[in-house]
Amino acid sequence: MTSELKARPASPSRGRRLGAFVFLSPGLTYLVVLLLVPLALVLSNTVFQRGRFGGVVYEFTTENFARLMDPLYLGVVGGSLRIAALTTAIALLIGYPTAYAIARLSPRWKTIALVAIVLPFWTNFIIRVYAWIILLSGPGLVNSGMAAIGLGPYELLYNQGAIVTGLLYSYLPLMVLPLYAAIERLDPQLREASANLGASPFTTFRKVTLPLTVPGVLSGCLFVFVPSFGNFVIPEILGGNKSIMVGNLIRDQFLKARDWPFGSTLALALIAVLLVLLMAQAWMARRA
Amino acid sequence: MRRSKLLFVPLWVTYVFLYLPIVVLVVMSFNAGESAYTYEGFSLKWYGELAADERIRNGLINTLVVAVGSTAIATVLGTLLAVGLARHSRSKALDALALMPAVLPDLVLAIGLLLFYGVIALTLGHYSVILSHALFSMAFVAAVVRTRLSGADTSLEEASRDLGAGHVVTFMKITLPQLAPGIVAGALLAFTLSLDEFVIAFFTIGNAEPTLPIVIYSMIRFGVTPKINALAAILLLVSFVAVIAGQRLTRIGEAQRAEG
Repeated sequence: MTSELKARPASPSRGRRLGAFVFLSPGLTYLVVLLLVPLALVLSNTVFQRGRFGGVVYEFTTENFARLMDPLYLGVVGGSLRIAALTTAIALLIGYPTAYAIARLSPRWKTIALVAIVLPFWTNFIIRVYAWIILLSGPGLVNSGMAAIGLGPYELLYNQGAIVTGLLYSYLPLMVLPLYAAIERLDPQLREASANLGASPFTTFRKVTLPLTVPGVLSGCLFVFVPSFGNFVIPEILGGNKSIMVGNLIRDQFLKARDWPFGSTLALALIAVLLVLLMAQAWMARRA
Repeated sequence: MRRSKLLFVPLWVTYVFLYLPIVVLVVMSFNAGESAYTYEGFSLKWYGELAADERIRNGLINTLVVAVGSTAIATVLGTLLAVGLARHSRSKALDALALMPAVLPDLVLAIGLLLFYGVIALTLGHYSVILSHALFSMAFVAAVVRTRLSGADTSLEEASRDLGAGHVVTFMKITLPQLAPGIVAGALLAFTLSLDEFVIAFFTIGNAEPTLPIVIYSMIRFGVTPKINALAAILLLVSFVAVIAGQRLTRIGEAQRAEG
């Protein structure tokens, strides 16, 4: 400490550099070793061959990418995109009016309403998905309810509808929060001005509220789409054997087929789709 | 008047959607019958069976071990990183790097870590899950602490340094106490995230005894039993209490900051 005391006036920048080193190096080392190196491994694996008994043989090949272009695998990627997009669209349709209603509450009720939106999100993820097995199964609550009004029974479980329901249930709060933040920020005078100038509530919404909340819409869509697209737990629990998403495929390559290079190639495809979306979001948010 | 009531219809629809499954789970956990679908009267027998289930008990212990270990690492590294990024760096790239583990899909992190542990020939086990959980938890701790830092008054730190204290002493005596509520909130977040984390644990645990989410996952794959409902009800209660306690804590922290 005394040496620092003496050294400080002589060279203030030395102390600063030392501080930067002390605070930044542990965390950055951790990030380099456990994040960047693993990601580099995923990336490099895509051009290597699988070992006969799992693992990786470090010989160059383009076979993994050729295999990715197989209609079978492209179909899985396309199907996952469709399911994630459908989930995101429904989440937006439910989430926007919900966030709008919360933004209109009194400050006290706002907090309570928001906590109530987030609360289910903090409970065990697997259990939340499991709840839908009970609700959607043959003798489950949804079918009982429909039977009461003379409908059904329907096959609700183990299909794409069940997957979308599970994804929606798991990630809806991630849509509501950014939408709420965007709507909350709006100046209510803008709406009043629009109404005073003779615009109908619908026109006001379409021309004033919606355009001004586009950044919130984009963030919400991204927050729902990203975890939906790469999911493998929900399709596995609620989708049965019939439907498989790109996440299931990656999991199987790593833990069942032991084809790590092809699994890495699929993961790269997943990252690529997400990067494109991220850039599209940034571009649209700048324009909005 | 009618229109403003109509406004809140979607809100109620959302709440029914979010809470109906939870209510059904809890009600069915008290079912006297064997079925997970039809209620046949009140009983606590599934809670008894749950308490007697060794796999679940061990799973809970393993989960707690992993959560405590990863939270400890993440809290220390995340706090240092937050201070370092806020006070000693202007790099946007480093900011982005620090957030990356929280933003990347868990599956991508999981396979990357699995490959990495394979390359360095680390035998998988609870410690590899601890190291992996600490990675994304650190990002969340750093983010929470930074929010607190950006609101903190820097004049105390400057005064401390003007009076001759070095960076480390200033950090220990001035910055750290100011940051305490943020660090506690970050640690709580890290702990909860680790308790619930499935995908990364599933990939990096190897043949070690499974954590609770993995136990639940394999139980569900074998079929539906009211025992899982009883477990669900208990976990729900725990996380609800934790969230409300966390809310209280942040409110106390905010109040302190407003006073100070």
